[in-house]
Amino acid sequence: MVRSTITNLFQEVAREQQRQLAPLTDDLKLLQCGLDSLSFALIVARLEDALGYDPFDTAESFPVTFGDFIRLYEARAA
Amino acid sequence: MSAMALWDSVMATAAARGGALIGPARAVPLASLARASCLPGRLDALRGRSVIVALRDQLTAAIALLELDGLARRMVVCTPDLAPEHLPHVARGAQADAWLGDAASSAPPEIAGLDFALDAEALPQPCEVERRASCATEWVLLTSGTTGAPKLVSHTLASLMSAFAHHPADAGAAPVWSTFYDIRRYGGLQIYLRALHAGSLVLSSAGEATSAFLARAAAAGVTHISGTPSHWRKALMSGTIEGFSPAYVRLSGEIADQGILDALRAAFPRAVVAHAFASTEAGVGFEVRDGRAGFPATLVGKTDDGVEVDVSRGTLRIRSPGNAAAYLGVGAPSLRDPEGFVDLGDRLELRDGRYFFVGRSGGIINVGGLKVHPEEVEAVINSHPRVRMSLVRSRRNPITGAIVAADVVLADGAAGGGEPAADERIRHEILETCRSLLAAHKVPAAIRFVPALEMSASGKLVRPHESPGSSHNDTQKHVGARESGGSGGAG
Repeated sequence: MVRSTITNLFQEVAREQQRQLAPLTDDLKLLQCGLDSLSFALIVARLEDALGYDPFDTAESFPVTFGDFIRLYEARAA
Repeated sequence: MSAMALWDSVMATAAARGGALIGPARAVPLASLARASCLPGRLDALRGRSVIVALRDQLTAAIALLELDGLARRMVVCTPDLAPEHLPHVARGAQADAWLGDAASSAPPEIAGLDFALDAEALPQPCEVERRASCATEWVLLTSGTTGAPKLVSHTLASLMSAFAHHPADAGAAPVWSTFYDIRRYGGLQIYLRALHAGSLVLSSAGEATSAFLARAAAAGVTHISGTPSHWRKALMSGTIEGFSPAYVRLSGEIADQGILDALRAAFPRAVVAHAFASTEAGVGFEVRDGRAGFPATLVGKTDDGVEVDVSRGTLRIRSPGNAAAYLGVGAPSLRDPEGFVDLGDRLELRDGRYFFVGRSGGIINVGGLKVHPEEVEAVINSHPRVRMSLVRSRRNPITGAIVAADVVLADGAAGGGEPAADERIRHEILETCRSLLAAHKVPAAIRFVPALEMSASGKLVRPHESPGSSHNDTQKHVGARESGGSGGAG
């Protein structure tokens, strides 16, 4: 569920920001997925609205790949 | 006049230590500029003039600023993203009579008095140069204004260098500085001037991927590097900081929260991690090196460097030799308050002997180092025929520090109780209007329809003050509604 929410939001924000999104594989580096910092900021804000939490609050490190990003949210959901 | 020009002090310091300006594609040894110029044979044409420095190329601009200080009466340091429609306002405000562009610059605005234009060479050309200072050049920086048009902030070389002029360079190996900032912004200009007096400077490049820039910085042996917390979050997300081991990591331009300070401490265990409090208008106030968000109350008062830090009115105010002199232009507001302080607009709260930031006065929102004036966004939202009024506010964000959120009251009072589909259509229309008229970082990330907005007794919109989640203190992170601001600082 978390994964599909995140995937959908990446696609939604990419459309809005008119950015070309790379195929979302777990080993895709976030900074190479086609989105800029503002896009990530929008995704994180909307995820907080959708899921009710922001795992960056307690994250030990910043996610580097798309898989890291998913795991960050899944770990909090668990 | 006899003030020492930048050129003279650079030749005596960084150039003598083998310093260079290093761009993505080429490097220019500072000493080579003794017999080379980006304006070969034409430098004197700009003597005594008020020059719009509209160069797009950052390395060329870095050389031109060095060449023009002490020669031009005034230099207007244009940011590379300055919209051409703002150029007439800038040129008039600075009473410009000369234009310095390059191949990529826009055309100079057609206004009275601005009747002289030159194009700089991208690479310095060998020539005999007589460098003779004849005035103390005024440095004019641009910063965002309420209406979208930039404000012109007047500095001198002395005010720009006051934060480090009295601290001699280390006697050891010459440092290699770098910054994520463009040097045409206050935060980048600080690093440019420091580097010019110490060693070398590795310039960033607008189109360059973070990973490529960091690889270049590591290869060039960068020892000192600065950026906003948002720059640094992006750097950490790039996963490419391994192999890069600077001695000094600086954050400025936004409030540094405990999360980013801890992450940088972990990523660069050997580095001094410092966060600076500064703004284009106030100059550099001070920097904090203890790795904790906020600043110790012991900094309040007067420091040895002549910087006075005041918090008595609930916001951070600074009176120092680093303050800008004035805003330029007809009808420009006063830059200082009656006591001679410049207010950074950061609202503070004292807890356990330390001041923490709890939001911005005036509601200014700092999105990844870019200021957003709520009034500008509200004006666009309010142009929708169904909107009665709106309130644009800051919402805390772990990637860019803050993002823009809007509360909107609809004219027919349907807010909240309207048809969901109709509300969604209006939301979509408002966002489309915002996207067409505003820069991307100013477009609200979220629009909420509300039945009413609070008004003050004088009939003004009450702007949100602090909410518990706005604290930049790590211990407060989980509390409250997370409607935070950031700082408009730089440096």
